[in-house]
Amino acid sequence: MSTVTELPLDDALETADIGDYKSNSLWRLTLRRLFKQRSAIVGGIILLVLIFTAIFADFIAPYDPTDSLIGDEPVKKRDAPCIHLLGCPEDQPQHIMGLDGNVRDVFSRVVHGTRVSLRVGFLTVGFAVIVGTFLGAVSGFFGGWTDNTIMRVLDVVLAFPFLILAIAIVSVLGPGLTNTMLAIAIVSIPAYARVVRSSVLSVREQAYVEASRALGASNFQILLQRILPNALPPLIVIATLGIATAILDTAALSFIGLGAQEPTPEWGAMLGRERNQLFSAPHLVIFPGLAIMITVLAFNLLGDGLRDALDPRLVHAGVKQE
Amino acid sequence: MIQYSIRRIVAAIPVIFGVLLLVFILARVIPGDPCRAILGEKATQEACEDFNRRKGLDQPLPVQFVYYIRDLAQGDLGDSLRFGRPVTEILEERLPLTVELSITALTIALIIGIPAGILAATRRNSVADVTTMVGANIGVSMPVFWLGLMLAFLFAVLLKDTPLSLPPSGRLSAGVIPIPFYEVFGWEVPESGPISFIVTFISNMFILNSILTLDGEVFTDAVRHLILPAIALATIPMAILARMSRSSMLEVLGQDYVRTARAKGLKQNKVVMKHAWRNALLPVVTIAGLQLGLILSGAVLTETIFGLAGVGRAVFEGITSRDFPIIQGFVLVIAIGYVAINLFVDLSYSFLDPRIRLD
Repeated sequence: MSTVTELPLDDALETADIGDYKSNSLWRLTLRRLFKQRSAIVGGIILLVLIFTAIFADFIAPYDPTDSLIGDEPVKKRDAPCIHLLGCPEDQPQHIMGLDGNVRDVFSRVVHGTRVSLRVGFLTVGFAVIVGTFLGAVSGFFGGWTDNTIMRVLDVVLAFPFLILAIAIVSVLGPGLTNTMLAIAIVSIPAYARVVRSSVLSVREQAYVEASRALGASNFQILLQRILPNALPPLIVIATLGIATAILDTAALSFIGLGAQEPTPEWGAMLGRERNQLFSAPHLVIFPGLAIMITVLAFNLLGDGLRDALDPRLVHAGVKQE
Repeated sequence: MIQYSIRRIVAAIPVIFGVLLLVFILARVIPGDPCRAILGEKATQEACEDFNRRKGLDQPLPVQFVYYIRDLAQGDLGDSLRFGRPVTEILEERLPLTVELSITALTIALIIGIPAGILAATRRNSVADVTTMVGANIGVSMPVFWLGLMLAFLFAVLLKDTPLSLPPSGRLSAGVIPIPFYEVFGWEVPESGPISFIVTFISNMFILNSILTLDGEVFTDAVRHLILPAIALATIPMAILARMSRSSMLEVLGQDYVRTARAKGLKQNKVVMKHAWRNALLPVVTIAGLQLGLILSGAVLTETIFGLAGVGRAVFEGITSRDFPIIQGFVLVIAIGYVAINLFVDLSYSFLDPRIRLD
């Protein structure tokens, strides 16, 4: 102990840090457990395919997603899918998901939609996690009226059904994809703030935090190095599941016309624009919907797998639990 | 228990006040002029000034807020700018549909979701388990609006002219007119006031009204119209409930007292139904309560797709036409209802699990 205190402050903190080795192995353990989860593997593979599609959308999509094919090809608007392998005449241009109301290739739009939706998911949740973590950490760490004020304001946000508040916020900010993402991020902040706050509360009084303080670490250092890492596992799980929700809700807002605007190839907007054609051209509704479902499913599966892998109750599987 | 309930209700007051304030502010900062939204783009300056004076919109915001709270305390939610009718009147027309839809959806979710989850847990890794969980994962990932459209496509287009065909929109078929139960009973109902509100509200829940009046035709027609939107709305909550019941049940089934029950020689059914089920229910109740928020959110989309004039659509239309009183009134009712349900769920814990002491 005395050797530690004789070191300069930074070194002392460094030396005192015996948590590193443990946390590394915890992550490795988690990863190993994650690879044993069937659902996580399926989710992960779908997600990799989606990320690949998003990155190489320009090469995968046979047409420009915003370009109308009027005059370029002998096609009509809302033509049904034409797949050569399935018996569509060779002299007709192939459009495996058909054409939309503006004579654009639906497959190309769906492929480019991957890019839009993944960006929506990651950015929205990223923003909400950063703000939520900050609010939750401040709230839990300082307690008192700071905690009370922050949590009561977040309670008000939580008193609204998710989508209704998001709709109201978008109406204030004005329709558009960016504003929709912002609205959904704002609405999802309380969930992250609460998780971080409860993690902070659970470790705030622990001996190792006290030790850091005794070693002269600042509040900020303690929060960042000692407390927040504890909040990481639950945060990762709800963030992964949150991406699924964010994609779903952005699609919903775009569907009712508040989110992505023409000609952005966003799945919800594609569905919303053509929903009245359901009876005459169902392919315009089926494919974007399937794309949303598969993407959301990937994040849900991965999130579930992560939860199982990170669940402390399963860490000591086999050991008798209280 | 009573003390705890009172404390919780008191704690909910600032939240409700915050909701009021937030809704008031949001409604006021929505870009666009209510006068031009209601009277049209070409309304003259004088017409607009007159409109604003009549509606009290020329007052400073804090004054408007005080007036709003004062009216609210008297049960007056103001008049819709667009329809020129009291918001409460529109509420009594629209809310019953949403309540009926939400309750039906929640019921479907509960009666299918929970047994499916329990079945999956008791037969872990069986075909039933895998099917339920794959189904639940897909259900959770399905966009409500897409599912609604697909159901409409399946039951109104592909199955048209079969007995399974279902109407894709509206609440009742043309020509089917429900007679309010109070008229059938010969009740004298006052023109306005709380009694009139409650009675009209109930009679606007067509299914309930048709049961009260024993009107088979209206009942069948109303149910046929409600099935598709209710299934669309129920799917996500159902999937969530199934997953939750399964994991909660699995946890309980691993407990010592369940092993003891088994060791006593009890049959599987008895172990599940008598010992495990009640303890597994607790987390499920929380989740079931929370689903109502999801259902109310989903109602906006479902009502849009199935052409139903409910609360969700009213809020959406209110926002697009800058009808402040409608937005305020409806969102307020939804938020208060939501807070009340969560309170009720919290309080129901002690009933379900006497070990939990609320104070």
